[in-house]
Amino acid sequence: MMNCIIHITLALVMPPLLLGVIGKTKAAFAGRVGAPFLQPYFDIYRLLRKGTVFSTTTSWVFRAGPIVALSTTAVAALLVPFGAHPSPISFNGDMILYAYLFALGRFFTMAAALDTGSSFEGMGSAREATYSCLAEPTLFFALITLSRLSSSTTLTGMLSNVSGGAWLYAGASLLLLVGGMFIVLLSENCRIPFDDPNTHLELTMIHEVMVLDHSGPAFALIQYGASMKLFVLGAFFIQLALPFATGNPLADWGVFICSMLLLAIVIGVVESVMARLRLVRVPQLLVAATILAAFSTLLVIR
Amino acid sequence: MYSFLQGPVDPVLLVLDATLVMGCAGIPGLFLKRPGPGQVVAALCTICAALIGIPTVLQLLLSGTTATRSIAWSLPFGPCDLAIDPLSALFLIPVFLVTAAGSLFAVGYWPARQYRRSEPGLTLFFGTLGASMALLLMARNTVFFMMVWEVMALSAYFLIVTEHEREEVRRAGTIYLIATHCGSALLLLLFSLLAAQTGTFLLPPAGSLSALTPLAPLMALAGLIGFGAKAGIMPLHFWLPPAHANAPSHVSALMSGVMLKMGVYGIVRTASFFYDIPLVWGTILTIAGIISALLGISFALAQRDLKRLLACSSIENIGIISLGMGIALVGAASRIPELMYLGGAGALLHVLNHSLFKPLLFLGSGVIIHATGTRDMNLMGGLGKTMPRIGGLFLVGTVAICGIPPLNGFVSEFLLYLGFFSQLQGDNLIYLMAGAPVLALVGGLAAITFTKLYSSVFLGTPRSPGGGVHRGGELQMGVPMLLCAFLCLVIGVVPQMALSLVSPAVMTLFPRLPLLPLSAEYGAILEKLSLAGVLLLTMALVVTVIWKWRLGREPVTAAPTWGCGYQRGTSRMQYGGTSFSELAISIGNGVVRQRIERPLLAGLFPERSRCSDTPTETLLDAIIAPFFQAAGMSFAFLRRLQNGLMHIYVLYIFATLFILMLWAH
Repeated sequence: MMNCIIHITLALVMPPLLLGVIGKTKAAFAGRVGAPFLQPYFDIYRLLRKGTVFSTTTSWVFRAGPIVALSTTAVAALLVPFGAHPSPISFNGDMILYAYLFALGRFFTMAAALDTGSSFEGMGSAREATYSCLAEPTLFFALITLSRLSSSTTLTGMLSNVSGGAWLYAGASLLLLVGGMFIVLLSENCRIPFDDPNTHLELTMIHEVMVLDHSGPAFALIQYGASMKLFVLGAFFIQLALPFATGNPLADWGVFICSMLLLAIVIGVVESVMARLRLVRVPQLLVAATILAAFSTLLVIR
Repeated sequence: MYSFLQGPVDPVLLVLDATLVMGCAGIPGLFLKRPGPGQVVAALCTICAALIGIPTVLQLLLSGTTATRSIAWSLPFGPCDLAIDPLSALFLIPVFLVTAAGSLFAVGYWPARQYRRSEPGLTLFFGTLGASMALLLMARNTVFFMMVWEVMALSAYFLIVTEHEREEVRRAGTIYLIATHCGSALLLLLFSLLAAQTGTFLLPPAGSLSALTPLAPLMALAGLIGFGAKAGIMPLHFWLPPAHANAPSHVSALMSGVMLKMGVYGIVRTASFFYDIPLVWGTILTIAGIISALLGISFALAQRDLKRLLACSSIENIGIISLGMGIALVGAASRIPELMYLGGAGALLHVLNHSLFKPLLFLGSGVIIHATGTRDMNLMGGLGKTMPRIGGLFLVGTVAICGIPPLNGFVSEFLLYLGFFSQLQGDNLIYLMAGAPVLALVGGLAAITFTKLYSSVFLGTPRSPGGGVHRGGELQMGVPMLLCAFLCLVIGVVPQMALSLVSPAVMTLFPRLPLLPLSAEYGAILEKLSLAGVLLLTMALVVTVIWKWRLGREPVTAAPTWGCGYQRGTSRMQYGGTSFSELAISIGNGVVRQRIERPLLAGLFPERSRCSDTPTETLLDAIIAPFFQAAGMSFAFLRRLQNGLMHIYVLYIFATLFILMLWAH
């Protein structure tokens, strides 16, 4: 019960902090002081207290977009285990629901973008649709590998099986998986090198351009939902990459929080040292990620 | 089953009566001078038939029993048995449901006053199509089966060519007729082989023939091709897009939602005859399913014609169903009950699901075409504001067909995924896991396709003037859609109930399956899934309340969409359907193309010019069309037999019969 409450609290409270850490890391690389760690919280709070402008071309679909995106991510947060602790909701096949919840959120985000009738937002959603379609098989290859290694069909079972032992036993395959999933993590969360959340050129953006017309509280929901998506996909990833468990429940929560912060720093470093890819290169990298994951599957089923 | 008047009533007789009422529903209209009442009477009759048929069938299905009845006939082909076992019962539900929904829809969509000439025929054949499919599912005598199969095929032909004054429609009808009769020819082969094997004209009971006899693979192949042509499995799909696109929308709904499933039923029924099924049968069906699913959705992605897109997506869904049946057969060959159950239940549930969301979408497309007067999605837009209710119902269908929770499409795909993951621990069938990423890719492509569809029709602003005019009849058209949408939601939120409908049918397929533990195990999993769905809906409600609360406290203003500084945006500048799918198609180039012809722009002030795009299918253009051309050339000499003289044709029939009699003696 206690773990369950901590899980929900962390999922609700911690996500914007990751964005703050990423920002601070990037600032450090650029030699700036940077915004405070808690800046994303301030941003969301400020947006919640602002007025809203609705485009005259939009219908209720536009209003539903941010709501569905946030609620699907919140349910997904309950399915994924945080660190060594099992997830609050777990059943056979929950990994499929996990993957498809994001599809639901994405569908409504794209529909909301297209509802504005703006070509920029149309371009963004066409890109989002295509890239996420290419990223989908990668996730499933990863799930197959993990399921084979753990003989389990729940996310908790699959991910808690990954440990130092598993790395010794199937290190090569897990390494490939970490590579593939890191690419998916970056692309699904629209980070550099796939997308630049801070760019000012609408023509080249993906996620940010889809939410151009949202404002006020709805935009706060979007920002918060995006950070939570990073958190949820990140929790999946760090359990693969840094499977440390101490055995002490409280210490495990500490380990989890530290690894998530470490992940944010790594993303910040990647964003600082890399440039955005040209749009034509993005699908190639995503297919490469799929092939990496498929390799890892081959290694465990041979 | 009891009636108040006479005590026990035979359920088969009850369903048969309902079927006859449905089949004759269009007859009164033929004798009425005034247009209108006939159509209403037909709709009422069909709805009554559904109200009798569906409860009876549901009761039979849930009790898991088989009801049989023999009909007296004087033909020399043995007794004409009719039976409803759980498998037939499961397929009968959509037959009654969609026929009733479609005939009510027709009252608003194809009003007799407006279409005086075509309406009586349309109403008549709509009823006979529904009734022939119901009889088909009950038929246990192969000769009777072939008869109703032909009635079904011909009714569908007359429905397709309703608007026969258009060249395109006649062509679609002819292609359909050729395809369906190629299939029928193979079915004749299948049934003669069956009769040779069993000695009677009755369909053998489940699991009664060995699959290891030399004739068995031939029968299976004839069944796969014959029924596969009706179902639209690749590469036998070529008749499907033009036929569905050119028929009136409620006919497309019935054909896509139900008639294609008759092909699936045939494949399932044929597979059920055999025991000791070799691995290769299941493998072939699985591979055919994967190809149909992937290529079908790729074709759909490239379409700009609303109904063609929906038709291509039917190919995809039939592919998913075959994939499920394929892994069930693979499971049967390897004697793995889990796989048999998951594959069978996933496939049959998808049959039920597809017969809910596809009619919903086709009926919706009828309303859309009514309002805009075109089928080209690139000319639509903004309908969500002029008809918000239809838009909402259509959205339910769109999300369901993408296989996204919490709607029904997700549930059947979920069962299939469980099937793919279930063999990961074994060593023999581990390659089945490849189905999971493929299904994920299909799901991703479906999401692009249907986002394109929904956004270019309902979102944004109208792309052509005069689009979105409302023409009335919304009630008759809205109610059937509402029913389908509601059932999609029910199956999505309470999937364990749907599983209990499907389980007895899986049992009929594999009589030796230990059903109870399996259905309890997966029922429990689906209960959890249902809780997750409820949680999702609750979460959405909570977020909405929070957002509404903040929204109410701060000022809300309306302004035009931000044009990134450009002041003179027009609705033609919106991202259209073709532009939306262009990126995805350019990556998966080869199988399908959008041939876009762009003018070269020259000078500072280019003149007005045109840009056009047409979707092309490599498979169709490179393989199927040349094949038919070659066949047409090489059989040209047979044309001489076809001289258009009635008495000569009768002579052919007589001569054939005479020769056959001589041969038999």
